[in-house]
Amino acid sequence: VATATRDAFADALVRLGSDQRIVVLTGDLRDSTRTEKFLERYPDRFFDVGIAEHNMLGIAAGLALSGKIPWACSFSAFVTGRFDVVRVSVAYQEANVRIVGTHAGVGVGEDGYSQMSLEDMASMRALPNMAVLNPSDAISTEGAVEYLVDHRGPAFLRLTRQKVDDVHGDDFRFEFGKAVRIRDGSDVVLIATGATVAEAVKAAESLGGEGVSARVLDVHTVKPLDEEAVLAAASECRAVITVEDHSIHGGLGSAVAEVLSARGGTAPLRIIGMREFGESGTSEELYRKFGLDAEGIAATARDLLKAVG
Amino acid sequence: MDTRTSERRDLIERLQGIARDLRIADIEMLAEAGSGHPGGTLSAADMIAALYFYKLRHRPREPLWADRDRFVLSKGHCIPIVYAAMAEAGFFPAEVLKTLRRLGSPLQGHPDRTRLPGIEASTGSLGQGLSVAVGMALAGKLDGAGWRVYCMVGDGEIQEGQIWEAAMFAPRHRLDNLCVILDANQVQQTAKVVDILDEDPLVAKWRAFNWHVREIEGHDMAQIVDALDEAEQVTGRPTFIVSHTVKGKGVSWMELDPEWHGKAPDQEQARRALAELRGEG
Repeated sequence: VATATRDAFADALVRLGSDQRIVVLTGDLRDSTRTEKFLERYPDRFFDVGIAEHNMLGIAAGLALSGKIPWACSFSAFVTGRFDVVRVSVAYQEANVRIVGTHAGVGVGEDGYSQMSLEDMASMRALPNMAVLNPSDAISTEGAVEYLVDHRGPAFLRLTRQKVDDVHGDDFRFEFGKAVRIRDGSDVVLIATGATVAEAVKAAESLGGEGVSARVLDVHTVKPLDEEAVLAAASECRAVITVEDHSIHGGLGSAVAEVLSARGGTAPLRIIGMREFGESGTSEELYRKFGLDAEGIAATARDLLKAVG
Repeated sequence: MDTRTSERRDLIERLQGIARDLRIADIEMLAEAGSGHPGGTLSAADMIAALYFYKLRHRPREPLWADRDRFVLSKGHCIPIVYAAMAEAGFFPAEVLKTLRRLGSPLQGHPDRTRLPGIEASTGSLGQGLSVAVGMALAGKLDGAGWRVYCMVGDGEIQEGQIWEAAMFAPRHRLDNLCVILDANQVQQTAKVVDILDEDPLVAKWRAFNWHVREIEGHDMAQIVDALDEAEQVTGRPTFIVSHTVKGKGVSWMELDPEWHGKAPDQEQARRALAELRGEG
């Protein structure tokens, strides 16, 4: 089944919505963020602040400091893009705000770069107490939302506009800060996050057909990073590849590189991600163009393994 | 003179005395710290005295008391005058004031709620505190709580766009538990407000945004007390008090001089400032 994680998010929030602490905010994007589903069920705890994301984040902080669990929802580009309010009013105050950014990455498609957040994990990761969650499918998104209700401190939840294939089964249990080994392998590890996890799984399958054993890790929690899973993979596989629909600077690839260099990982590393601004096109076309799809990931893996020898 | 009138007169005199003491503590603190923002602390002193010693319901020994009124200083650089009031009210010992801006001090250069219980909001990036106060007021409404939210903004600060986002939101949601005070001290960091961005007609603007607006002479304690009392009686909309003040008020040679926005007095200047505040020729 394929589901947009923004849909899975809103459905989960409605299911949890009887918790009186939960307040949902959006800036004229109740449809795109799917939060209109919450509005239907809990109109008294839903606020559309208008097209005013700075104010939305500040109000969310004030609500959080008064015991509420506010979810401030918009396109990720617009909510994490109001960085000064996130850093002072949300993060510095240790406010229990859930910053929900839909429309992550070039997966947005036709709308083009201004609507695509390619820098959000980098900026959110730079804040000392900000958790960064980038779930890969409907089931892991539901788990993340359930978890976040009682998480202490600020958190950023990054969601897709486009549908993504399920990568987890019904037995999946969300564990904050734990990467999930979806597929085992020893030649190369594909460490992916968000919408690129499904592509990494497909890449691993096609590599398997060529006799290459590829491990796949789903890093749904980019911060705090599951360092042990990364180090284990780097020592048990000959090469490491990270995949993200995000800038190659400051996101998952950077986080993995930081851990490997600080803790003695020696496997060669390739970071797959965005090196330029996005553009209009279908999300499939864009994933192909920028090497984020299964074929692109597999090609990078072949290259790297050839270089390793 | 009836009892109520004489009680009122005593209250005004008491608050005037406290405001003078806060100004003195403020100058001592800034001189000791060697940096800070005297101008906007001195302009706010009278209102801060009225808030902490008349209007705010708070328990200094129980700073997180659930039913307390909240005060957010959105113009965060002026926090020393609030620290002075908190020390005087008993939130922490007066000796702590000497640690202002020092490494490890709970008295950060701009307020940090995580380091000093009783600070309701961490501010310092101008334009943000009002939204936080609005969020608190909204939470109070959701809970049907009796506590109120007070927020002070600066006249330079309201040049920030986020202020006007909050200005549109609060009346729309009928936040009559919110009272915002504009410390209109006429001067911002580098020049007079009117010479950078003329904000007039201020009262008409906030009225047009559907706030209850009251204009006062912000160093007249009787007017301050009246305006704060009036705000509590307003229903269905938030209150905006335009408090006309003088940046640097109380130290004649600091008044209305942008030079004293962000520079602490040296020891000799502090001695002269304190003498003037104490009324010693």
